[in-house]
Amino acid sequence: MNEHTLQPSDFEKLSQEEKKGETVVRESISAWKDAWLRLQTNRMAMISLYILAFIVLVAIFGQWIAHQFTGNDFSTNDLKATNQAPSGDHWFGTDGLGRDMFARTWMGAGISLQVGIYAAIVDLIVGVIMGGIMGYFGGKVDEILNRICEILYSIPSLLIVILLIVVMEPSMFTIILALSITGWINMAWIVRGQIMQLKNQEYVLAARALGANPVRIMFKHLVPNAMGPIIVTITMTVPNAIFAEAFLSFLGLGVQSPAASLGTLINDAIKAMTVFPWRMLYPAILLSLTMLCFNIFGDGLRDALDPKMKK
Amino acid sequence: MVRYILQKLLFMLVSIFVLASATFFLMKAIPGNPFQSEKNIPPAIQERLNEAYGLNDPLGVQYLHYMNNLIHFDLGMSMKQQYVTVVDIIKTGFIYSLQIGIFAIIVAIAAGVLFGLIAALNHRKFLDGFTILLAVLGVSIPSFVVAPFLQYVFGVKLRWFDVAGLNDVTDFIMPVLALSFLPAAFIARLVRSSMLEVLSADYMKTARAKGLSGRVILVRHALRNAILPVVTYIGPMTANIITGSVVIEQIFGIGGLGKFFVNSITNRDYTLIMGLTLFYAIILMLARFLTDIAYGFVDPRIKLTRKGG
Amino acid sequence: MSKKKYGFTLISVLLVLALVAVGCTPKEESGSSEGSVFRMNLATEPPSLDPAQVQDQVSATVVNGLYEGLTRKDEKGDVVPAVAKEWKISDDGKTYTFTIRDDAKWSNGDAVTAGDFEYAWKRALDPNLKPAASAYAYQLYYIKNAEAYNTGADGVTADDVAVKAIDEHTLQVELNSPTPYFLGLMSFTVFYPVHQSAKENEAWATDVSTMITNGPFTMSEWKKNNSITIAKNDNYYAKDDIKLSKVVFSEVNDSNTELSMYQTGELDYAGMPTGLIPNEQFPTLKANNPDEFKVQGSASIYYYLFNTTQKPYTNEKIRQALSMAISRQDIVDNVTKGGQIPAYGIVPPGIKGEKDDYRTEHPDSSYFKEDIEQAKTLLAEGLKEEGLTAMPTVKVTYNTNELHQAVAEAIAEMWSKNLGIKTEVSKQEWGVFLDNRNHLNYDVARGGWGADYDDPMTFIDLFSSKSGNNNTGFANPEYDALIKEAYSTDDQAKRMEAMSKAEEMVVGTRAIMPIYYYSTVYMIKPGFKGIFIDYKGDIDYNRGYKEAK
Repeated sequence: MNEHTLQPSDFEKLSQEEKKGETVVRESISAWKDAWLRLQTNRMAMISLYILAFIVLVAIFGQWIAHQFTGNDFSTNDLKATNQAPSGDHWFGTDGLGRDMFARTWMGAGISLQVGIYAAIVDLIVGVIMGGIMGYFGGKVDEILNRICEILYSIPSLLIVILLIVVMEPSMFTIILALSITGWINMAWIVRGQIMQLKNQEYVLAARALGANPVRIMFKHLVPNAMGPIIVTITMTVPNAIFAEAFLSFLGLGVQSPAASLGTLINDAIKAMTVFPWRMLYPAILLSLTMLCFNIFGDGLRDALDPKMKK
Repeated sequence: MVRYILQKLLFMLVSIFVLASATFFLMKAIPGNPFQSEKNIPPAIQERLNEAYGLNDPLGVQYLHYMNNLIHFDLGMSMKQQYVTVVDIIKTGFIYSLQIGIFAIIVAIAAGVLFGLIAALNHRKFLDGFTILLAVLGVSIPSFVVAPFLQYVFGVKLRWFDVAGLNDVTDFIMPVLALSFLPAAFIARLVRSSMLEVLSADYMKTARAKGLSGRVILVRHALRNAILPVVTYIGPMTANIITGSVVIEQIFGIGGLGKFFVNSITNRDYTLIMGLTLFYAIILMLARFLTDIAYGFVDPRIKLTRKGG
Repeated sequence: MSKKKYGFTLISVLLVLALVAVGCTPKEESGSSEGSVFRMNLATEPPSLDPAQVQDQVSATVVNGLYEGLTRKDEKGDVVPAVAKEWKISDDGKTYTFTIRDDAKWSNGDAVTAGDFEYAWKRALDPNLKPAASAYAYQLYYIKNAEAYNTGADGVTADDVAVKAIDEHTLQVELNSPTPYFLGLMSFTVFYPVHQSAKENEAWATDVSTMITNGPFTMSEWKKNNSITIAKNDNYYAKDDIKLSKVVFSEVNDSNTELSMYQTGELDYAGMPTGLIPNEQFPTLKANNPDEFKVQGSASIYYYLFNTTQKPYTNEKIRQALSMAISRQDIVDNVTKGGQIPAYGIVPPGIKGEKDDYRTEHPDSSYFKEDIEQAKTLLAEGLKEEGLTAMPTVKVTYNTNELHQAVAEAIAEMWSKNLGIKTEVSKQEWGVFLDNRNHLNYDVARGGWGADYDDPMTFIDLFSSKSGNNNTGFANPEYDALIKEAYSTDDQAKRMEAMSKAEEMVVGTRAIMPIYYYSTVYMIKPGFKGIFIDYKGDIDYNRGYKEAK
């Protein structure tokens, strides 16, 4: 093996040209921006995001579109034109009472999305607070709360959800409430795990040493750093809640007609699946598409937020 | 280990007590009674019926009475089906639910692991994309759409299987398929992502560097680690399959326990509501308990003394 | 053995075991060598097969094949002798003496005696019956002292109830008042005999082996919560008339599945009374299978109740306006689609009147007519009387059910279009709904009523101020007087007249808003004959048979 011996030329000053190589060309980027850039390279996830945005937009403006172009709304009956196939007048056909399925399908999409999003928000708030408390304080508090979570988690939730909806009047509010009874636990556990890891990091210790109060530490230092897993959990909660609502609709516990969710629309249409397939087709496609996009986007987001998966 | 198990069992008992109390008062908060129908029963007879079933007692007395029976492992008689004990209903119904449930779990794990492996080993190739699409579709279509669809295509149109009932081996195919659809898809995704992670881990490189054959690496190192998340999923999967069976049993006309989820509440069959809640709670707890134990065996890093979880 | 092999063996063994367990039950095939099998759907498990305890159509459908009363009804609806070969009615119409046929036997070969009837009826009336008093015991209240015994009045014992076995073959019954339809009641489950072995075994009706029956069929197999099979009873006195060897009842609670099972030949009969065919498929099914798709009127009515204690529904004109402003024909043609008949009265067709059908003798078209213009005027007048400027939002409640929902939404839209009033429909879970309705906690609620016996009184009685099922707050002394008048006589002409007047009163003041008379919609495979739906919509398969092709 050749030995490298030091030469005087090794100690010469760098030329200006050579110095330039040391400067950082790429400006520093935050973790969030980094994740966003990584997400953008995931074609499927981005397509899903665009489709979701499209669905949300049409769900918002669906009633207006139906009214502008065909003069229909979601609740007007037309007993002379029941179960019509799709046509220029009724883009998605009509249902058993002659109501426009285009308007109803998009209203259903809107309500289903709302159920999903509100349920996710409730889970987020309750889950982060409970998980934060468990993780931050640890010890006895953690143990007691954890036990409560475990009891709730072992409930056959379906039975309790049905009981709750029967006790209260059926409405979107009731459904969201019932779904949230056990929904937040998963979030709480994830936040708890994250906080437990983070709370012994130097910057938290520093903040504590400087006398910051727990609430400030929690929301200024801990929660933002646990945001990755929290966001991923949310993207999974939304489709789960949409699914759960559809399931309740199948049991007749869905929203009150003439309002509709995708679940109630599908349930209404199943009985006539073989004779009027379009009544089931559009809501079912929309539901599956929403679920599909949330799932793919959620996967993409997890990959983007998880540096381990960085390739 | 023994201490851990005893601790867990004790906690289960406490959970059951809390759950039983909560369910009891929740269900009593609903108006109605087990004898309701479109045609009202004359008040005198209604009174006697209430008397016979102890529904005239103050709520507290009813509660103590129920709890006392529960301690003696007596779930009582159904208030709707005469002279049938709740235990009998659960026993006869659960046989069916258990059969399709176990089949569904086996199918879900087998298909899920297989598809997940195929996808991971063909990472970023056609087979990967295809399996993933299938898996994502699996979690995107509700079972109450899948089931009638299967029924219509294979039962009514093609006549390959009976539309309803569980009289023949072939009768299991459609319900099991419909029931395992979602968990299989979920497992496939789990296995794929954990497999990808494992394949890129350092010890895999070491193993390869040691010159071990591909198959040995795959089985001894990769699969064993990739399967860990599947073990954790057994608990939620059990819950999923129990819920799913409500739909599947209704659509395929299977007399399992699923239909009582809704029926027992509609009928205000109080003893049955309680029995079902407790029964399923115990199953869920056991499933999660076994998951914990199994996890301890599969993953040597986990010691069964950890708190919570 | 290595660990891996262990796991594999275990799974294989499990799989094989499961397959064996499943494979053990042989598949039921129709068309066995002798007689034929009839397969229909019950949808749910019958709560009880004890005749004294039956209170629902599902249980009755099975029990009607297992037991036979003193009389039965033939396909035309006429009362014909059954276990009783003849009977005598005293001149005052109060005492009935039945003679039991000599060859009537229980499925175990014992003779059916008058004592079995006495035992069964007193058993049903027993206030301490186990596990609970009979919910339908009040159907026996026509018998002297029955009500007093059943409700536990002081000093009244089973011995005071005026039903008595004079000897093995003679049963004497004394009634409170003349009851012209009493003979027809004998085919009602609570009047069926019960084998006296029930004395020793309270839970006899839950087990195939302890169920001794006297009807055309007897229990053969009971897979709890799955299916019930009844087989021809060889000890039945008229066993030669019974051509079906078996009736198999499945318990599939999904209308789509039921229809699919019918279409693939797993069922011979689908639809009402115990099953259901999705109503949106009616038109298609009717067009494709005209020979199999059947619609028949049944003696039940679908109506909306007004809460007459709640403003502004206290106002008669407002109720009339609401009742006149809908199109019943549109509802039956385009919403329910099952051949129902628009209703303007409360007694459905198919109920016996003086000589002919009551509804033909007293047509409901004379009570009121739909008229939107008049409805508007009435509404305006009514609101003025109540001091209101506009009609408050009408809240219609119904129990969760797709058909009820469709009807409610159609009516809501008619009201808003024709009268310009706002309507809100609201579904409620069954028990919650009944509770609200019983406590008059509603504006407008759905109601339905089916005949208990073949007489208009079964409907008219409903709205008497004493009725436990009059959930409207409607109480009218004149109405009660008319009912009393009808009860006090057995002169059919007078009774019918009084009941028609009463009917006009309840419909005229619109305590309820009749919508339609129910129909029974079903499909039956070609070849089956003699299986029919009786006047109240119950199926009678006892003397059915399958024609050889």
